[in-house]
Amino acid sequence: MEDNQGTLWEVFIQPKAGRPYKHAGSLHAYDKSMAMEAARDLYTRRGEGSALWLVKAEDIVASQPEDMEAFFDPANDKAYRHPTFYTMPEGSKHI
Amino acid sequence: MNTDLYKYTLRLADNSLILGHRLSEYISCGPFLEEDLALTNTGLDLLGQAEALLKYAAEQNGTVDEDYLAFGREEYEYANFHLVEYPNEDYGYLITRQFLMDVFNVVNYTLLKDSKDAMIASIAAKSLKEVTYHLRRSSEWMIRLGDGTQESHDKIQECVNHLWMYTDEMFDLDEVHERLQKEGIASDLSVIKKQWHAKVDEVFEIATIIKPELPKYSLVYGKDGGHTDFMGYLLAEMQFLKNRFPKEVW
Repeated sequence: MEDNQGTLWEVFIQPKAGRPYKHAGSLHAYDKSMAMEAARDLYTRRGEGSALWLVKAEDIVASQPEDMEAFFDPANDKAYRHPTFYTMPEGSKHI
Repeated sequence: MNTDLYKYTLRLADNSLILGHRLSEYISCGPFLEEDLALTNTGLDLLGQAEALLKYAAEQNGTVDEDYLAFGREEYEYANFHLVEYPNEDYGYLITRQFLMDVFNVVNYTLLKDSKDAMIASIAAKSLKEVTYHLRRSSEWMIRLGDGTQESHDKIQECVNHLWMYTDEMFDLDEVHERLQKEGIASDLSVIKKQWHAKVDEVFEIATIIKPELPKYSLVYGKDGGHTDFMGYLLAEMQFLKNRFPKEVW
């Protein structure tokens, strides 16, 4: 889409070291470093995390709604694909 | 009361207060959403610095509080640079004013975090994190506008040319500053001047902005209470609420 706000970027925040990055939202910027600064101003002023990833929205390959059946439905009736038959080691939190 | 220290604290405080107020005037007028929020954040940071410094000044004064100092003084009692009271003519002026002041703040607070005055030192150390980010942002804009299109280059060069005359006030050494500098409380202005020019040169070079000659333009400086015409209008708006509802608390 043409407008004067630059490119659309998707923002991912890592809550703390070692944890996965989570999608937080998006922003507009003209280039990488200004996108990073905008991300700091928009998303990390209240201690939300310790690291940021920014990806141009146009570089993200996304599944299409019409692929939904083929991609996601077969998973529903195959319980053995889920690791629910194992005993969890005692004290493990992040499995 | 140490009147030198009181004056010096007010000079630091008023630069942040007035520049913060100027930025607050621009809320909702930024060129796009992200930029609008960023400059609002910057204004808020500056207001926070002003609050801490005015609290300290009020403590030294003993008879007034920080709200009085922020909103109750006469124009000649404000001690900010002329540069920070310059109006938001357009975004180029806003960014140029911010950049020139951000460089000063970073250099100044870097020195002041080792001030012999413990309160000034701790406020400087806290503010340094904020102003370092402000400078990073305003430098990026100077570079993009200066080294952008022919039109953006010409416009930002014009802003620099026009605002340049207000920069010599930053390095003007008067007796108040000199005495405090000797005591190790105030920052060394000759060091500030050198570092300020080095940083400005560095950014201008990348931005292809030409540094203007430095004219000595004024016999009276903002830090001594002499102000430009712009200041009266600024204060009329800034002090309106406190004047209209003097007993109100918030």
